Amino acid sequence: MQITVNGTATEVQSQTLADALNELGYGNARVATAVNESFVPATARDAPLSPGDRIEIVAPRQGG
Amino acid sequence: MRLYGTEITSRLMLGTAQYPSPAVLAESFRRSGAGIATISVRREAGGDRAGAGFWNLVRDLGVALLPNTAGCHSVREAVTTAQMARELFDTPWIKLEVIGHADTLQPDPFGLVEAARILTDEGFNVFPYTTEDVVLADRLLQAGCEVLMPWGAPIGTGLGLTNIYGLRTLRAQFPDLPMVVDAGLGLPSQAAMAMEMGYDAVLLNTAVAKAGDPAAMAEGFARAVEAGRLAHEADPMEPRDMAAPSTPVIGRAFLS
Repeated sequence: MQITVNGTATEVQSQTLADALNELGYGNARVATAVNESFVPATARDAPLSPGDRIEIVAPRQGG
Repeated sequence: MRLYGTEITSRLMLGTAQYPSPAVLAESFRRSGAGIATISVRREAGGDRAGAGFWNLVRDLGVALLPNTAGCHSVREAVTTAQMARELFDTPWIKLEVIGHADTLQPDPFGLVEAARILTDEGFNVFPYTTEDVVLADRLLQAGCEVLMPWGAPIGTGLGLTNIYGLRTLRAQFPDLPMVVDAGLGLPSQAAMAMEMGYDAVLLNTAVAKAGDPAAMAEGFARAVEAGRLAHEADPMEPRDMAAPSTPVIGRAFLS
């Protein structure tokens, strides 16, 4: 299905966020996620994705 | 200084952005003695491990971490960012920024209060980046904030304390509340002034990171913060308009 990952249209085979993270190369990276502007905790990433979902994947960065 | 029940020994809080290198960042923190580092969350590409490298760097600083919601312009954006930061950094602390004006990065006071209430209800310890407005301050306290972080000047300007009257009034209105002057500082003297006014701490980033020698500037700020705090605790004299001789008048030789 086609979803949007960090603003970029992306085709994935995975049906869940957890599988998509693996498919997209995140593996066990220290990231946090949101789907359609709502936070999805790591413990809830087995929920199914839908075509068109907008996914945000973030990691620690510098900040002021 | 206690912030949400946590004792913090240093009254200098330092950002982690814009340093010329990770090594300079680490050295700047070492010489600043800062007790809290601000950090953020940003998009990470698959296969990239930039986040892991930065995480290792800040963890090794040995300071408390204060994630921010920098760049968020809506309540929902700020709340979601805070939720992601809490999971990433395993802390309920959040420096809440809800920006309302692009040129000045002035907080959106209405969104700030709404987001502060939502996050407090969800168990966050909210450090709101706010203005010196006393009414807004009161609303933030009603929303559950136990710390306020009024700006000195717009983020990144280095203008110092642009509304001394407002900051003095805010301090006087809430004498027992932990308050941190956050943003706009450019020089150690400005940090010292904030501390002399009775602010509990200062938070800065650009003034150190963009200095020609960030580590030296970090130490300069550390000394200024300590000097300003000492001066505040020492109960400064009242200024007066007319001169008053400090050398005793009695006993002066008459030589005319």
